[in-house]
Parts: sequence; structure tokens; C-alpha cells
Amino acid sequence: MPLQYKKNPVDFIFSATTAAASFSVIIFIIGILYVLVTESSLAIEKFGIVKFLTSTDWDPVKESFGALTNIYGTVITTFLSLLIAIPVALGIAIFVTEIAPNFLKGPIGAAIELLAAIPSIIYGMWGLFTLSPIMSKYVEPFLKEITAGVPFVNVLFQGTPMGIDILTASVILSIMIVPFTASISRDSFNLTPAIVKESAYAIGATKWEVIKNVVIPYSKLGVFGGIVLSLGRAIGETMAVAFVLGNNHRIATSLLDAAATITVTLANEFAEADKDIYLSSLFYLALALFVMSFITLAIAKFFLIKAERKYSR
Amino acid sequence: MKTILKLTLIAAFVLSSAYAHAAETLNGAGATFPFPVYSAWAHEYNKITGVQLNYQSIGSGGGVRQVTERTVDFGASDDPSRPEQIQKDGLLQFPAVIGGVVPVVNLESVQPGQLKLGPESLCMIFLGEIKYWDDAKVKKMNPGVKLPHSEITVVYRSDGSGTTAIYTNYLSETCPAWKEKVGAGKAVKFPAGIGGKGNEGVANYVKRTASSIGYVEFAYAKQNKLNFTQLKNSAGNFVAPGFESFEDAAASGDFDAKKDFYLWLTNAPGKGAWPIAGATFILLAKEKADVNKNVVKFFDWAFKNGDAKAKELVYVPLPASLKDKIRAYWKAKGIY
Repeated sequence: MPLQYKKNPVDFIFSATTAAASFSVIIFIIGILYVLVTESSLAIEKFGIVKFLTSTDWDPVKESFGALTNIYGTVITTFLSLLIAIPVALGIAIFVTEIAPNFLKGPIGAAIELLAAIPSIIYGMWGLFTLSPIMSKYVEPFLKEITAGVPFVNVLFQGTPMGIDILTASVILSIMIVPFTASISRDSFNLTPAIVKESAYAIGATKWEVIKNVVIPYSKLGVFGGIVLSLGRAIGETMAVAFVLGNNHRIATSLLDAAATITVTLANEFAEADKDIYLSSLFYLALALFVMSFITLAIAKFFLIKAERKYSR
Repeated sequence: MKTILKLTLIAAFVLSSAYAHAAETLNGAGATFPFPVYSAWAHEYNKITGVQLNYQSIGSGGGVRQVTERTVDFGASDDPSRPEQIQKDGLLQFPAVIGGVVPVVNLESVQPGQLKLGPESLCMIFLGEIKYWDDAKVKKMNPGVKLPHSEITVVYRSDGSGTTAIYTNYLSETCPAWKEKVGAGKAVKFPAGIGGKGNEGVANYVKRTASSIGYVEFAYAKQNKLNFTQLKNSAGNFVAPGFESFEDAAASGDFDAKKDFYLWLTNAPGKGAWPIAGATFILLAKEKADVNKNVVKFFDWAFKNGDAKAKELVYVPLPASLKDKIRAYWKAKGIY
């Protein structure tokens, strides 16, 4: 309130500083968006929006650029990594909140958070030198063999298992995003009021029934928000994926094919993009990613706010 | 109080020495390929003269851009600029060191350096048209070599690079189908295969993937003990990559000071020349005569004293005749 500021100038300065700090974030976002749009204007003019988003061509020599292969790579690796990460993360969260004895909760929680603290370049190196040979020697031939006779599914595992492909990249990504989903799910599960759970136990429900019918329904919005946050991370991940994805601008039908994501393309090609239209197309690609991440995070925020309202009631 | 005084003195000393150094600093940026040799030279040069040389390996494209915008004292690029472009941007250009790109394969039944390829077969492999190692075209060139009937995996550089520029330039020059379908550049649309990040990425993929073929800078092939191939050069001889064949390529290349040394060394005419060689270039801002003199002093020193170091790092020093040509070029521009 203005009256209070007059009484205490220190208070006013304090409030003003915090406000300035907060507004600077908004200014940064607008500034980044502005730069992305102006830098990509050349490409927007040349390729338009629909053509750029639907073209699979990425040919620096002929100066023809389209984003579809990159968007496809981003979406498919993100989707697959979530497919792998969500069950694991939920399992971790349930175990830590409901099943594990107290002395185990601490170490497991710390281990998950440590996983989140490992820099992505380390995941990349580990993926290339350790995981990828394991995938190409054992996991992928095995998957190929068991799916060989199954129609439609076998298409997913066509090609030579090289360990440098969509599948390996998705596995690395899933390891990276498990901590996010797991810790947010754990926090959401913890928000389930003890009294509700105990009532369920009181009427004879088993642990499985309590988790299935009480804890998960109660916290599903929070869990969903956590999943979408991980999705945001998976979309933007660069270094870890760059090492094991094979960086190929093609629409792959097999999980054993190489692909490229938006961020990987940016990291790979930015330094040597010598023509204006090339550079501009890379900025355009970045703009597409910005919009994609923005939409994902907006959805996450929406669900988290909804969840919070529910709990506070 | 005493400690504060001490600290102030130390700070003053550090600042003043930093300032003194700042007066003798040369800033360069550009190609990643010559970075190890430039920094090794810079280290020794600094010991002798006290001049500090900062070189940021941000990539050839970035090097050209930065020197064009005059934000660095010199730029470096693997991709020579055309004389018209040099003229337009007010730059000077000269080569500094030579390197070679070599095709490397992963084939168990083949001894290192045993496999022979010609430009046509190499091109068709990278186009994805030759799919198996026992293809008739490959077999014909390799009598007596056991070639398996296994699918070829092509490995290329996924990041834009001078290595790719030299390599695709060679393929475009020797193979019309490549020129028409793919073209030459630092990043091109490879019709087949998988992309590794950096020389080390390609080297790693080739090492790990049976029946694969890729291309790397010679130094990486050597360090990783990769199985390189022989190539048929424009004189029709099969040559193995190495200092001699690179030097031969450099010597037979007709570097012309009038064209600011614009030249691709690919498919050089020398009898023993390695066909995929390339020079890496230094770019200077024409109007900065004083700075240029200092940069030139450094490279003149490196030309005189740096050959052994360059060879140690698996680069090929420029032939003496070319060094003289460059010195004449410097003199003509009034910076030597």
C-alpha cells in the first residue's frame, strides 16, 4: 500500500527491486522472441509457415529448408522417452511414499535427485561409449528377434542395430527425465491427506487398492503436471541426444534408424551456417521449438494450478 | 591493515601485468581443424616473445564472419574465400597449414591401407548406390582382397565442418552424379548413412560399426588407428595418405598470390598427390596494417620454427616455395 511506502523508504526500495527483478524475466522472454522472429524473417519470407513446417527437405547446398524431419525427431524421441520414463518414475514415487521403510526413503530420494544433477554432456558421453554398444550388441538384436514375426511391430525394428538411433536416444532421455517425474509425483502423492488413506485402510483396503483408488486419483493432476514438465525437458535436451541419435534429416519408420531433433540440428549446424538463409532457417527452427516448449509448459502450468486449487480446498 | 595493503599491492600488480599483456595480445577466431597447431605455436611464441595469441575455435563460418565484422585480429577458415569476396570485404588471405581427409573403413578381412578405391566407387558408396562391399566395382580394383557381402554403413559428419567441405568438394570435382545430386559445402544433405558429431564422433562410429565407411581428418585416423584406404588420384596412381602424399598435393597445387591463394587442393595433379587434401587459411582485415604486421610476424615465426611441432600434431607444413610466395604476398601488401 502506498501509505506504507511513505512511512518506510527502505520498504519501497525493496519492493521496487523485487518488482524490477520479476519484470526483467518478462522482458527477457519478449526480447528472445523478438530476436528469434527478426532473425528468422528471411526464412519466414522465403518458405512461409506451412511449407516450412511440412517440408522434409534440409539441404544447405540447395538452400532448401524444412522443419518436419526435425520436429518429427523431437516428437518421436520425446514420446518414446516418456513411454519408458513414466512407469518407472511412478513406480519410484509409489515405492518411496507408500511402500519403502523409512530408512530407505532418504537414500532413494537423494539418488533420484543426484540423477537430475548430472550434466547432460555426461549422459551423452556415457550413452555413446557405454549404452550404445550394449544396445547394438544385446538389446536391439533381441528386440529384433522377438518382434520378427509380428506384423506392424517388426517394422519398428527394421535395419541394422547400430546403437546410434531413435531407441538409444529415447532410453538416454528417459533416464534423464525420470527424476523430474518421480520427484513431482512423490510430492503429489505426499499431499494425499493421511486421514483419507487411513480411512481406506480402516475399511479393509489393501495397499494396492489404496494406491490405485485413493492416492493416484487424488494426485493425478499433479502427476500429470510433472509429466508435462519432463516433456518440456525432453523436448529441449540437446547434448545427450546429439551423441547417440545419428543426426539424419529423414523421416525414420524404424526405431533403429538415425534421426535429428531440432536442438541437435541447431547445435550441430549453427557454428558453420555460412549463408544468410541457412542461419535464418536455423533461427526459424529455434522459433518453432520456442513455440512448442511454450505450449507444453503452458499446459503443465494449467494442470498444476488446477491441482493446487483442488488441494487447497 | 597490513593485509589490506598487501592485497591492494597484489591486485595492482596483477592488474598492471594483465594490462601490459593486453597490449600485446592477438585475437583470432575460426576453424576448429587447425586449433591444436595454432595453440601449440602460440604457446611457444608466447614463451619467446611474450605476445599472447588467443585463438577461439568457433568454426570456419564464424571465423569469416568475425573478421568481416572486424571483431577479431584475424580469422581462420578451412573454406577458402573467393578473390571477389576477399576484395569486397576488404580482406587478405593466405594458407597456414595443410591437412588431409582420409576415408576410413571398418572391415575385418581387410588389412590397414589395403583397400583401394577410386573416386567413382567412393562417390557411389556415399550416394548409397553401391550397397555391398563385394560390389563388382569395388572388387575390380581390389584383386586378391577378401571383400565380404555385407551392407555398407556410411558415416558422415553431422555438424557443419571444413572437413566435409574438403571431402564434398573432392566428390563434386571427380563425380558428376555427386555434384548434381548433393553438391559441395560445409554441411550437405547426405543421401545415405548416419551422422557423427565432430571428427571424434565419426571416428567412433566407424570404429564401432562393422562394415562401415567414413571420412575424418588424417590426425584422427592416425590417433584412433583406423583402417584407411588408398585412393586413385588424378594421375591415375593409387596413393596412401601420409605426409609425403599430402606434401606432393601441396607442391602440385598452383597457389596464386593474385587470387589471394584461393585454391582447393582436392584432386591435385601431382603423381603421388593425395587427392583429398586441403589448406586452412588465415584472413586479415586489410586496413589494420599495424595489427596485421603483428599477426604476420607470428605466422612468419611459425613458418620458420613451427614445422616440427606441426608434424608432431600430424599436420603438413607448407612447402618452402609456397612459404616464399606468401612472404612476397605480405611484402606486396606492406605488412611484412
